[in-house]
Amino acid sequence: MHAGLVIVAVSTLVFLVAPLFIVLPLSFSASPYLEFPPSGFSLQWYGRYFASSGWTAATLLSVEVALGTTALALLLGIPAAFGLVRAEFRGKGLLVAFFMAPIIVPYIITAIAVYFLFAHAGLVGTRVGLLTAHTLLAVPKVVIIVAAALKGFDRTLERASLSLGAGPLVTFRRVTYPVIRPAVVTAGLFAFLTSFDELILSMFITGPTAVTLPKRMWDAVRLEIDPTIAAASSLIIAVAVFVLVSTELLRRRSASIRIPMG
Amino acid sequence: MSDEARRRSWWEALRRLLPLAPAFAFLLVFFVYPLLRMIGLSLEAPGGPLDYYAAIVRSPLYMTVLGLTFRTALGVTVVCVLLGVPTAYVLARTRGPVRSVLLVAVVLPFLTSILIRTYAWMAILGRNGVVNQLLLAAGVVASPLPLMHNAFGVYVGMTHVLLPFMILPVYSVLTGIDASLLRAAQSLGASPARTLRTVVLPLALPGIASGAMLVFLIAIGFYITPAILGGPREIMISNLIEVQVVELLNWGFGAALAFVLLVATTGLMVVFDRFLGLDRLTV
Repeated sequence: MHAGLVIVAVSTLVFLVAPLFIVLPLSFSASPYLEFPPSGFSLQWYGRYFASSGWTAATLLSVEVALGTTALALLLGIPAAFGLVRAEFRGKGLLVAFFMAPIIVPYIITAIAVYFLFAHAGLVGTRVGLLTAHTLLAVPKVVIIVAAALKGFDRTLERASLSLGAGPLVTFRRVTYPVIRPAVVTAGLFAFLTSFDELILSMFITGPTAVTLPKRMWDAVRLEIDPTIAAASSLIIAVAVFVLVSTELLRRRSASIRIPMG
Repeated sequence: MSDEARRRSWWEALRRLLPLAPAFAFLLVFFVYPLLRMIGLSLEAPGGPLDYYAAIVRSPLYMTVLGLTFRTALGVTVVCVLLGVPTAYVLARTRGPVRSVLLVAVVLPFLTSILIRTYAWMAILGRNGVVNQLLLAAGVVASPLPLMHNAFGVYVGMTHVLLPFMILPVYSVLTGIDASLLRAAQSLGASPARTLRTVVLPLALPGIASGAMLVFLIAIGFYITPAILGGPREIMISNLIEVQVVELLNWGFGAALAFVLLVATTGLMVVFDRFLGLDRLTV
């Protein structure tokens, strides 16, 4: 391979991961300022994070809303994925575009449109408001992930099950679901992360009463800039790494299940 | 077809579409309806329905910000192509555990919130940030360089967020290229550079084009990065919309700006679909 290409690629990859490796040491800094390399080791920012009711309440609210979003997005998204993949009809491309629209339209537009409606309906600053807004952004991702798995699904398995006398429900539970399970879990994790990370819609609809973790961080980045944010960030990165690793493990496990069958 | 058969096929079609209904209804109520309300609001200017739009066109500020938004998006897209395509190529040529590690390097930032990454860039690019401290310690500069609160900071931050959207589609196209084509080119006497130029790049072009369009589309709507890493002169249209709605409480005008952005994005999306096929990328 050309050396120039390798140099560009390696520098780009370093550029991509560098910020994540800067945040982690900063969160263990003994200095009260943003300074790198940190002048000493301390857990003070984690202490500050866990001692502050503002930060912990925001984290708990974010987890709560993200769990709700995951459930609702899976409930809406999985059937939609089945409908999109298995039904053939005119205008299907248009319908696919419609389901993808919430993550294609710039978030700021959705944010103010939803904000105007929620302000009118008294949903600003409520959990229900956050749950609804986050689900809007999570459903398209669930549809994409589950639909991709369904496209590769061999339907003769279902026909075999039906012809052997299993009802549609049993067939779904015993044949279809086990095959698409990894995709459903991945979709759930992405839905969780979508909500847990969401800032732009939340910025408008959290109000003063339902501050989520990203909103709390946003305020901190703009106003305080102390390493408590680094501690919070490191915890969130840990969640992301967990998601990534468990998805990869699941993928491998499902791959190893599929090999002996085929 | 008999009436009976027609009714049955109707019933069959309905039954197949039924699973789509809940999500469809949800999007209708919480996505389409709010957007229609927003457009309605943008037409309720005191002086006449199109007054807000006339004000946007007349005002040098808004036209400048719109121009700046598109220029920044285009610039960031070019940087992403220049860095992302070689990276995807090298990634596609690696094997085994090396490839897994490199892929994690692309996907991990993808999964980390934009806010955290932007904060990290503050720590890197700030007056007392990593880069300036290294440069000062090495004696390269006498006083800290202004690396953020300007266009440079915005480019760095946006490129960082958008690069994975460029790398992943190109990577997936490159790994799909039939290796026998490359062997054929080489056995016919083409040098590696020539094989790259005449075989690999043309085959990778759809991936490059879709990655670039995706990056450009997302870049137009950027809010967080310009707000934090940019200065007062790097405002993008999203920031302007937020100011109108939240700070000036000028909902109608904010709605009109948002509608302009929506039309621009939808227009690009249609072009995108015409040339590349949206459904090929997603479902």
